[in-house]
Amino acid sequence: MNTGRERAAMTYIQGETGDWEMVIGLEVHAQVTSKAKLFSGAATLFGAEPNSQVSFVDAAFPGMLPVINGVCIEQAVRTGLGLKAQINPVSVFDRKNYFYADLPSGYQISQYTQPIVGKGEIVLDMPDGSSRTVGITRLHLEMDAGKSLHDQHPSKTFVDLNRSGVALMEIVSEPDMRTAEEAGAYVRKLRTILRYLGTCDGNMEEGSMRCDCNVSVRRPGGPLGTRCEIKNVNSVRFVQQAIEYEARRQIEVIEDGGTISQETRLWDTAKGVTRSMRSKEEAHDYRYFPDPDLLPLVLDLDWIESIKATLPELPDDKKQRFMSDYKLSLYDAGVLVAEQARADFFEAVAKGRDAKLASNWVNGDFFGALNKAGKDIQDSPVSASALGGLIDLISDNTISGRIAKEVFEEMFATGRPAADIVEAKGLRQVTDTGAIDAAISAVMAGNADKVAEYRGGKDKLFGFFVGQVMKQTGGKANPALVNEILRAKLAG
Amino acid sequence: MTALNRLTMTEALTGLDRRDFTAVELTEAHIAAVESARPLNAFLVETPDQAREMAAASDARRAQGEAGLMDGLPIAIKDLFCTKGVATTAASKILQGFIPPYESTVTANLWQAGAVMLGKVNLDEFAMGSANVTSAYGPVINPWSPGPLGAWPRRLVPGGSSGGSAAAVAARCALGATGTDTGGSIRQPAGFCGLVGIKPTYGRCSRWGIVAFASSLDQAGPMTRTVADTALMLRAMAGYDPKDSTSVNRPVPDYQAALTGDIRGLRVGIPAEYRVDGMPAEIERLWDQGVAWLRDAGAEPVPVRLPHTQYALATYYIVAPAEASSNLARYDGVRFGLRVDGGSLSEMYENTRGSGFGAEVRRRILIGTYVLSHGYYDAYYLKAQKVRTRISEDFQAAFTACDVILTPTAPSTAFAIGEKMDDPIQMYLNDVFTVPASLAGLPGLSVPAGLGADGLPLGLQLIGRPFDEETLLRVAGVIESAAGITALPPFVA
Repeated sequence: MNTGRERAAMTYIQGETGDWEMVIGLEVHAQVTSKAKLFSGAATLFGAEPNSQVSFVDAAFPGMLPVINGVCIEQAVRTGLGLKAQINPVSVFDRKNYFYADLPSGYQISQYTQPIVGKGEIVLDMPDGSSRTVGITRLHLEMDAGKSLHDQHPSKTFVDLNRSGVALMEIVSEPDMRTAEEAGAYVRKLRTILRYLGTCDGNMEEGSMRCDCNVSVRRPGGPLGTRCEIKNVNSVRFVQQAIEYEARRQIEVIEDGGTISQETRLWDTAKGVTRSMRSKEEAHDYRYFPDPDLLPLVLDLDWIESIKATLPELPDDKKQRFMSDYKLSLYDAGVLVAEQARADFFEAVAKGRDAKLASNWVNGDFFGALNKAGKDIQDSPVSASALGGLIDLISDNTISGRIAKEVFEEMFATGRPAADIVEAKGLRQVTDTGAIDAAISAVMAGNADKVAEYRGGKDKLFGFFVGQVMKQTGGKANPALVNEILRAKLAG
Repeated sequence: MTALNRLTMTEALTGLDRRDFTAVELTEAHIAAVESARPLNAFLVETPDQAREMAAASDARRAQGEAGLMDGLPIAIKDLFCTKGVATTAASKILQGFIPPYESTVTANLWQAGAVMLGKVNLDEFAMGSANVTSAYGPVINPWSPGPLGAWPRRLVPGGSSGGSAAAVAARCALGATGTDTGGSIRQPAGFCGLVGIKPTYGRCSRWGIVAFASSLDQAGPMTRTVADTALMLRAMAGYDPKDSTSVNRPVPDYQAALTGDIRGLRVGIPAEYRVDGMPAEIERLWDQGVAWLRDAGAEPVPVRLPHTQYALATYYIVAPAEASSNLARYDGVRFGLRVDGGSLSEMYENTRGSGFGAEVRRRILIGTYVLSHGYYDAYYLKAQKVRTRISEDFQAAFTACDVILTPTAPSTAFAIGEKMDDPIQMYLNDVFTVPASLAGLPGLSVPAGLGADGLPLGLQLIGRPFDEETLLRVAGVIESAAGITALPPFVA
């Protein structure tokens, strides 16, 4: 991990009047993966007809009462454990009061002073191979509001309550990030962990994960500046763009002799700017108080332990294991563990095979082809065992690596096993020294002038001869044998 | 034979069992009684057709030998309970036109036990009041008001907020009624109308489907003319409900079995702090009389201390409005009930809530919003929660020295409409004896114990340990026998 001076030097923003440092903290709202809402039995499927997944509780009808969904509690605890965080055995649900048409009860049930999860941490993997530890301040559970639709009618607003009451985890980081890139890495890493845990699907485009970015700037090592909060940013790219823009805006204001006032801002995706939404003075007084409809949530320590026992291997541990067990590089291991399905696929391919070769194939041609086809691993026409079959053919010298690429393309297009394609197309590598001998002799005979030049000291021509021999054999000659025999023959 | 609507529940059940009359006949007598008592303004909605159907079904069940606990008994429902398909208003304009598509757990329990619904009865708006004068549908008149029906020289209040329930039962329009009690809303009107009413332990009856006032205090309970009837009706209403997270999962006892009349050796706590300044002498005498009756029955009166009593009312009037301000936020004109349009969303809220809520409700929303506001929360709401804990501890300590506590129910008999109306504090003082048990979540019961010099009923209150409703009922039964009240209100249907 980079520390102090070394890291700082890379992260400062060059202003008119000198260097500036960003200070970034993120609040991520992650939708809990659960069939039912946080306080009602209504369903949570994405994309359902408006107002088709609404119970009387979600619509806040008179006399309706919330009942905590145990599944959501378990998911929050699981997430807390995955973030190596403290699980609070007693937590309290509070009411956050404000009026809006898509908030039927006039209050959001949330957790204020006593959240279910306390301090934890996330280790970020930076593209340069370094890592950063970002503190987690807390994780709390809260219900989502409904959705106001302003574009359905010229003068009316429509309200869809399908989201009303859906369980969210608000995961708050410490202000530990110093660049937009780190903030992006944080969101990606958090999403990876949530997906490993199965507690949030992490689909930002469906609104399953949204991010509020707190940004301020200061002189390196100086006191903290005034922060602005950018609300509801819904992609990793926008998080980075919004932070970058906001920091530069703040620097410009300060360098022009102005001051930053604490406010809530919005990211305008189309224009690529942040805009003021409301100032601190206009901020709501939420009048938080403990929800009298719900007793404090008391968790059994044995129950917490039992959840801990079911946690999957998380990305950081998996990466370490891939590096030590499979001798993979930090980079290769990092790419593989970024998605659980990718890591699982790799392990299935690598089982009993050359792990480095497996990693190269999975990260290289395999994902290249998937990306190009716009497919997920689940829909891949080439299974892990099929890819393993191809690698086996390379390892036992049946085909060369170059031929293997051709075979793989065929496998991806047709779904046929590697061995079948090799047989049908006669791609089996030539390891018969007689045949290679003959091909070399023919090439040498046809290029007597070049042979003379080579023997005269022009070593670079060796590659030319290899190419000609491979051409002669239709690419099927075993490259190692070609090299060996060619070298001997040319030496005379 | 006594008119069917003058019977107690227990007597009516005997008559039904002996086939002296049918549930349909019993119900018809009550439907007629309800109609004859309309000047009391007790009923907001009469449901005679539904009552007849339910009664016929009850007779069929009885013929099959499948009669439930309250089968065929006509009752009234406070209009704070949501009743499926029957308008529910909470006596507020803001719920105009609201017809619940669901049935509250407590009323569903009652129908399950075979009870018959006569209609929905009046109350203070959102149960906020102690005289039933804040209802958007006009005040309820106490049948104890002297003079002829509808031409009273002085119209007395029935107490509140369950004033319609109390008036309906006292006037013999219903054998019993559901009430709800947040700070005394069952016990004080029971006292004013000469009835038995119990606010059970918090968590004993489900709050699901009851329009919320102050969630940490609201409890449903029965109001009837005898202790035995209250025991019967409470058994039918109570029970665990997984839909209410504050409901408590423990079995419901046969409360009638607790009415043994034997209170020998029982320690009855008498809290000195309830001798408040300016308490009328007749109330003090009644209290002493109560102590004497219980001593005569073999109980042992013991002095107890409840030192934080003096802070109870102030605490209540912070906690209850705070919760109410949040609970009533849902009445916003968006989804149900009244909507008064405006040029913007905020204007629509202002117009709807400004015209939909009455003055007392608006006052409490403002108080509640204030005490929860940034900068005031610690001084008011948080402080009140701490005092509330002290009040609970007072009771816990007292119950190490006694088994039940005896106090007056209210500091006066029923007053007239128009009195105590200028100063909300004067009105709030009605609840001075009932509020502490509410804050502590303890069961409290009011039982008629005598008449004041003005000929109006006076009640005594019994406060018990959590879930010890049985002791309250047993002691109340002793007071009921000793008092032997036979007086009827000037108007009886």
